[in-house]
Amino acid sequence: MKKITLIALLFLFGAALFSTNETAEAEPITPEDKGLAIAIEANRRGNGFGDMSAEMLMTLKNRHNKESKRNLRIKTLEVPDDGDKSISIFDNPKDVKGTAFLTLSHKTGDDDQWLYLPALKRVKRISSSNKSGSFMGSEFAYEDLSSQEVEKYTYKYLRDEEYAGQDCFVNELDPVHPKSGYSRQIVWMDKKEYRTLKVEYYDKKNALLKTLTMSGYTLYIDKYWQPDEMNVINHTNGKSTRLEWKDYKFRSGLKDKDFTKNALKRVR
Amino acid sequence: MAKYPFIQFRAVLVSLCTLLSLCTAQQAYGAGELSGYVAFEANLFAHAPLYEAQKNHAVSLSFKPEYYHEWQSGDRSVTFTPFIRLDSADPERTHFDIRELFMLSVYERFELGIGLRKIFWGVTESQHLVDIINQTDAVEATDGEEKLGAPMFSMSVQLESTANDNLGTLDIYILPWFRERTFIGKRGRLRGALRVDSDQTSYEADAEERHIDLAMRWSRSIGDYDIGLSYFTGTGRTPTLTVGTDSNGETVFIPRYILIDQAGIAVQKVHEDWLLKLEAIARSGEGDTYGAWTGGFEYSMSAVMGTHVDVGILGEWSHDTRGNGAATPLEDDLMFGLRIAVNDIGGTEALFGIVQDIDTSARSIFLESSKRYGDHLRISLEANIFSEIPANDLLFGLRDDDFVKFEAAYWF
Repeated sequence: MKKITLIALLFLFGAALFSTNETAEAEPITPEDKGLAIAIEANRRGNGFGDMSAEMLMTLKNRHNKESKRNLRIKTLEVPDDGDKSISIFDNPKDVKGTAFLTLSHKTGDDDQWLYLPALKRVKRISSSNKSGSFMGSEFAYEDLSSQEVEKYTYKYLRDEEYAGQDCFVNELDPVHPKSGYSRQIVWMDKKEYRTLKVEYYDKKNALLKTLTMSGYTLYIDKYWQPDEMNVINHTNGKSTRLEWKDYKFRSGLKDKDFTKNALKRVR
Repeated sequence: MAKYPFIQFRAVLVSLCTLLSLCTAQQAYGAGELSGYVAFEANLFAHAPLYEAQKNHAVSLSFKPEYYHEWQSGDRSVTFTPFIRLDSADPERTHFDIRELFMLSVYERFELGIGLRKIFWGVTESQHLVDIINQTDAVEATDGEEKLGAPMFSMSVQLESTANDNLGTLDIYILPWFRERTFIGKRGRLRGALRVDSDQTSYEADAEERHIDLAMRWSRSIGDYDIGLSYFTGTGRTPTLTVGTDSNGETVFIPRYILIDQAGIAVQKVHEDWLLKLEAIARSGEGDTYGAWTGGFEYSMSAVMGTHVDVGILGEWSHDTRGNGAATPLEDDLMFGLRIAVNDIGGTEALFGIVQDIDTSARSIFLESSKRYGDHLRISLEANIFSEIPANDLLFGLRDDDFVKFEAAYWF
């Protein structure tokens, strides 16, 4: 037994040595490698949260500054080897109260998504083409709000730049999925905490479509940074959407049973 | 329904008192929430009525509050949803129902429910063949989408293999009290030549409405597929109608509810922008065993031309092996539909469709649309045209009932 442990240890040590060597001998790091490394590190820092819930106030604003508000609650369950599970529930406007989305996101391929219509008591499957579609009339597309997995993009580190008084990496993300509404996204992420501060979305014709800014980052359970506010401006139609987050709760004991089609029917 | 005016009045009274006391309790303990709507509706018809007693147009008011209270972080809850409609033309449409009054308990792997509930099964759009738990509230809508609350004990079990793999959900329903279908009265539009006389209702089951019906359904999502297999045994929801006379000597339809067994399957597959759907049933009890199915597709396009507009194209074929003898107008029909979601601030949506009988000229064209104004008001507009309906079609009596329905609902 002891012998086996020793051999295993030697082997691990050897492997570690070997990999260190490999890194040392590798080609000079490419912008693609660096971009990917940034994404992996940001993802690693976000891992391990278990479950999270929060309340969201969504304010839609049209070109004439006319506002309309929606209240939602979001619950997310971390799935270690796959994309997260999440449920979004509408509280307001009252005629859509109880309308809820269940999303089982996946690292690769299409997310599975269902919509619950409370008036009919009906759970409807949604086709995966809705990626680029507007989330309930907002300037956010479904893909902007879905679980951000490393595998969903290819990366290219562009430059370092100061944004909002912070040293940032500027990274280019190319969506892997052919149904994405974007040709690329440019992401500003602060070097210290790997928090996304700004995203520019470019449409399929490579014209700047939207700009998202995220602010009011707060640290939760000593590990996870979450923004209080997200603003997206659509440059083609002049409309904007603001998301204000509050009541973030982590590790409140949400389970798989809270993210099923049955749960979708009974959530309030 | 009109048979027990006192019982109905008493039920309304009891419901209102319950609701009031629940609201008082809500104020006292800060628990529970009240929501719902009150709506005004106008039904305008394009042609004069075919039958003497029918009123030309109708206006009505409806009220559907919902009280919900939960505890144990939502693992226990009570829901109470009464519904009342007052109609200017048809006393049968003036009715009260308890849509829901049930308690739900959620455990790690199962759910228990007791009380009046509404359960929906199905995936297609033109009709919901497999959906059988609730009785149709036929005075409410011609499409059969409105249902009466069904008293039940229900259990939903999450099935898992020993290796903790999800094997789907098994739902079991014990339905101890049968609810009769509602029927449009003498003065109402959108009915056949003969009114249905519910006073003479009869049952095949000796226990009549006390016969215990059983239903179960296994459902599972496997990758791109959603599958549901269901079985029902008990009193069928659709009555057979035989011609008879009422107490005034008028010719009427007399409903009889037959014991049936029904097996159903509902399958849906997502393939990129396509949803492929199928519902099929086999039913025995009403004469020879027969089959019926609806199958088709829904193709969706998101963010059309760079706008927020989502467009869906629907196509479905419905078939019933009984042919013209089927108790459904969809015995061999095609449905084409166009669904538009504008995704604007008012959540404007519209569904436009055509149902065409494959064997005859019968056609019905429909439009359903709605838009929210401000935070509380939703305006809906519905229109229906019945075109070239032959005399042997179930919709023949509705051939002059082309209508526009306007509804303004205040949600709270």
